[in-house]
Amino acid sequence: MIQVEGLTKSFGRQPVLRGLDLEVPTGSITVIIGRSGGGKSVFLKHLIGLLRPDAGRVLVDGAEITGLRGRALDDIRRRYGVVFQGGALFDSMSCADNVAFPLRERLRLPRPEISKRVEAALVAVGLEGMGAKNPAEVSGGMRKRVAIARALVTEPEIVFFDEPTTGLDPVLVNTIHHLILDLHRRYRFTAVMVSHEIPEIFEIADTVAMLHEGRIVEVGPPAAIQASQNRVVRQFIRGVPENSEGA
Amino acid sequence: MTERPLPLPLRPLDALGGWTLEVVESLGRFGTFLAEALVALVSPPFKLSAFLDRIHYIGYRSLLIILLTGSFTGMVLGLQVYLTLVRFGSEAYLGPAVALSLIRELGPVLSALMVTGRAGSALTAEIGIMRITEQIDALTVMALNPMRYLVAPSILAGLVTFPLMTALFNAVGIFGGYLVGVELLGLSQGTYFGEMQTFVDMKDIMTGFWKSLSFGVIVTWVCTYKGFHVGHGAEGVARATTDAVVLSSVLILVWDYFMGSVLP
Repeated sequence: MIQVEGLTKSFGRQPVLRGLDLEVPTGSITVIIGRSGGGKSVFLKHLIGLLRPDAGRVLVDGAEITGLRGRALDDIRRRYGVVFQGGALFDSMSCADNVAFPLRERLRLPRPEISKRVEAALVAVGLEGMGAKNPAEVSGGMRKRVAIARALVTEPEIVFFDEPTTGLDPVLVNTIHHLILDLHRRYRFTAVMVSHEIPEIFEIADTVAMLHEGRIVEVGPPAAIQASQNRVVRQFIRGVPENSEGA
Repeated sequence: MTERPLPLPLRPLDALGGWTLEVVESLGRFGTFLAEALVALVSPPFKLSAFLDRIHYIGYRSLLIILLTGSFTGMVLGLQVYLTLVRFGSEAYLGPAVALSLIRELGPVLSALMVTGRAGSALTAEIGIMRITEQIDALTVMALNPMRYLVAPSILAGLVTFPLMTALFNAVGIFGGYLVGVELLGLSQGTYFGEMQTFVDMKDIMTGFWKSLSFGVIVTWVCTYKGFHVGHGAEGVARATTDAVVLSSVLILVWDYFMGSVLP
């Protein structure tokens, strides 16, 4: 389980997170929704140890990670897989080499084992036979799938998805969501996803948390969020501008 | 509670204090960055393939520019020094004048400036783009140290390639001086090379060697640092690249003066 308690972060005089609390149950898919620029990616970066909070703490299975550095933090990160917003694929390598990279450099597996796992990972995301291409030669949707394959190839316990469907057409958004759902059923990882794909994420999430002005204002199963009476949540899921409702 | 604004006469002092703190902080970051790179350089696992790739990137790809600038620098030196020496009837010293200028001073400095322009700028841009496209973050969250993969191999490659590039620059420069002095202006070949052997000794060569070695560290350190700490978007990469080339070039000239006054 991931527990976040009173997470606070400011950049200069601009507060982004203002005492955020959240619990992510083990094995669930938790989706963080909220307006663009509302601090969702900043929150995710705290969970993966790329940013340090001004106050508050993040606990993974009861162990606090906010004060960790160096090897201790790396030990936690070895349990993680991360899918970045733009994929963050290494553009000097082929798609297959990108997927093989953590196996070669982190797990130091023998070559035949790496080839077997890479092939299986590419098949799992529907990219069999595409491994030789460079990231620049494939479409945006394929790049996202390679990034998912790279994040999952080490069989992590916890996977973070930072807006994995941004910039994709509605068909590809559904394809990627169902791919994530399918892989989650197969590998049973804990997933934390940042997204504002409404209403598509309600189909795949176990829990949805609405982040607004640096705090989680509502959290619950998709049905409860869809039926929420909270004005901010209602406005967001209906796509209504802030000042319009009730006017 | 809101802060009370400072009285007007104190504001310049406040700004100066803020600026000083900023400079000290960035110097600290700059030094820590090198220390982290050096730790990654001497602790296993060593990234041999990344090191060989950097040798190719910094050294091999700079060969043409080094050959071109080296030969023309030697030719210009040969012509100008000959025209000066002939006024005093001392043209026999053309060989040592060309060789000493190149080996002690021009070879290390000009080759370092050329490699900075060609490979240093590309290094900053490459690492900067990796930073803004989250490739460096991807390495970090894989529990892999980006210093080990990106910075340490570049600094080690700088240590190896800069002296080699300088040696090449000197060799083609001396040959350029020979073409002008001997083949074009009629000085005897024996005089050109004979006097060179008499006047150039090992300490001159070592002076140039130590300079080029230190320039290798300076350029790769500055260029990787600027790439790592790039601003936002394409503009950030462009600014970091310009800053890297300007700062490296200035440091090369400042450090050259310092080394020149300390070394024999």
